[in-house]
Amino acid sequence: MHRRWAVRASLQEVPEEEAVNMKDTIISVKHLVKVYKMGDLEVHALRGIDMDVQKSDFVAIMGKSGSGKSTFMNIIGCLDVPTKGEYMIDDVDVRKMNKDELAHLRNKKIGFVFQSFNLLSRTSALENVELPLMYNSKITSKDMRERSIRALESVGLASRAHHFPSQLSGGEQQRVAIARALVNDPVVILADEPTGNLDTRTSVEVMSIFQKLNTNGITVIIVTHEPDIAAYTDRNISFRDGRIQKDFRVEKPRNAAAELLTMPILTEEDTI
Amino acid sequence: MKLKNQLKAALRSLAKNKMRTFLTMLGIIIGVGSVIAMLAIGQGSKESIQKQIAGLGTNLLTVFPSASMTGGVRLEAGSSIKLTIDDYKSLSSRCPAIMYSTPTVRTSGQLIAGSQNWRTSVWGVYPDYFNIRNLDLEKGAVFTMMDDRTASKVCVIGQTVNKYLFGEGQDPTGRMIRINKIPFQVVGLIVTKGQNAFGQDQDDIVIAPFNTVQVRMLTVQNIQSIMASATTEKMIPEATDEITQVLKERHRLGPSEDPDFTIRTQADIASTATATAGILTALLASIASISLLVGGIGIMNIMLVSVTERTREIGIRMGVGARGRDVLLQFLIEALMISLIGGFLGAGLGIAASGIIAKLMSWPVTITIQSIVLSFLFSTAIGIFFGWYPARKAASLNPIDALRYE
Repeated sequence: MHRRWAVRASLQEVPEEEAVNMKDTIISVKHLVKVYKMGDLEVHALRGIDMDVQKSDFVAIMGKSGSGKSTFMNIIGCLDVPTKGEYMIDDVDVRKMNKDELAHLRNKKIGFVFQSFNLLSRTSALENVELPLMYNSKITSKDMRERSIRALESVGLASRAHHFPSQLSGGEQQRVAIARALVNDPVVILADEPTGNLDTRTSVEVMSIFQKLNTNGITVIIVTHEPDIAAYTDRNISFRDGRIQKDFRVEKPRNAAAELLTMPILTEEDTI
Repeated sequence: MKLKNQLKAALRSLAKNKMRTFLTMLGIIIGVGSVIAMLAIGQGSKESIQKQIAGLGTNLLTVFPSASMTGGVRLEAGSSIKLTIDDYKSLSSRCPAIMYSTPTVRTSGQLIAGSQNWRTSVWGVYPDYFNIRNLDLEKGAVFTMMDDRTASKVCVIGQTVNKYLFGEGQDPTGRMIRINKIPFQVVGLIVTKGQNAFGQDQDDIVIAPFNTVQVRMLTVQNIQSIMASATTEKMIPEATDEITQVLKERHRLGPSEDPDFTIRTQADIASTATATAGILTALLASIASISLLVGGIGIMNIMLVSVTERTREIGIRMGVGARGRDVLLQFLIEALMISLIGGFLGAGLGIAASGIIAKLMSWPVTITIQSIVLSFLFSTAIGIFFGWYPARKAASLNPIDALRYE
């Protein structure tokens, strides 16, 4: 499972069938409740969520704004703690952790991808990817560099390692963000509206990367409100008013890599 | 996060806003510079005062006869005639803690040279006097013990006397002056000593052999005082004891009886003057350190702005696993770097400014290593003190809020 994201095969050659079929539960949520207090007003963002995510699942969480999906994502990502309920990630109970322990957990087990990329400006792509490893004192600078280059290679951006975010297209920036999310070898990659700021073709590109990573055994959870995007995943969960409305497996997920081949190529550098 | 990476990250973020970093640093540069310059001025004046006192001879001991009492009326100190040349001789032979010594007699005289005249004091001393008082000659040579024995009519004059009698910059050696109508040949000119710490003109003086003044001018037997220098400054108390013992014995005074003479040293005067200069230094430095404090507030201000501007960056860092203390350290290191680099440049500025002050205003200036170390420590402390609050603020941000910050 070490460095499972490091692939040699190009995207086009990814086999159709699921490569990994282990079904360990890595995220387990029971009766999760989150209540925000805004003055006297109590906002119930989550009203009791029960959910398990297995290893190598590719999950899309859907719902309108205000449905609680972002709150859920923040709690799953250990950025926030639930008001009530249980949350276990990789057999670690998150409820009793303090801020520093949560930070450590984020560093070790979670990779984030945001809608707005959230790259450090005036910092090269490579250094952006290195960032999570910077906060891991056990990694040497040489190791850090090697792993970051490998992460960039796996999203097809090795040639752009020394470009600044402002010199990269939106799709490329998001791929840097994905490389950053997977560089610390996390148990799960969480992506909050990863295609929200991208055009159709670039969105498909990003989804193809997620599919490729997932095929190699990485658990991916994305939040999206676009059914088109959710169709690339294996499992869709709809949120509504802080509760799970629907939870179903996608019969036949779309294949982003295959679709990309049929899409018109816009410019040379948009291809992977 | 490793320190090396922290330093690199701090340098980079400071380099992103070069102008702002420089202006913030300027506060510290000026602060440290002025503290160093002020301390240099203070230290310089302290040392020049010390040097002046040392010029009088810090080892100097003066023995006066005590105030004489005639029928219950005390006359001024030195007015008694108890001290004799024999007292001097026993002192010079029996006190090992004394290096140089001389009897002195003093009178005032009207000096005439050509068409000029001048009134000043005339000292009669042994040549050792020049060693005791650290007097150097600009021209000519000191008279000798032979001159003393023969009561030669020779003298050494100070710059002020030279100025009024022969004109400034003239070489007076070999020329004749009449002191109270007695003709003297000038054999030497003392280098300029300027005013002493009490405002007296040390150049307004004529020095002649002891015997010449005592016998030819005063025609007295007693001597007015004995001047001596202890072998070292530390030996002054011992020299005092020896003198007391010898003189009491000679004057047939029991150990418990009050001595009929007084011994004065320079130590008291020196310590007072040094203390005054010390207060001056402290005052200058504390005024200068206010500017360092203002520089510190500048750092705090900019760091607060920086934390607000970089809220999103803080969110990203926390998102990927930075703990509160990593963020705290990051901002603290930035603040510290501003103050340390500022301190370094400020030290350079302070040294340069001290040099310019010394040159333009010809003030005595001394830069000490301590003052540089002190201002470095001070600026570091300021960096930590004023960097702490903004860094704390950054570290306590909630990662979600920080990530959402626009």
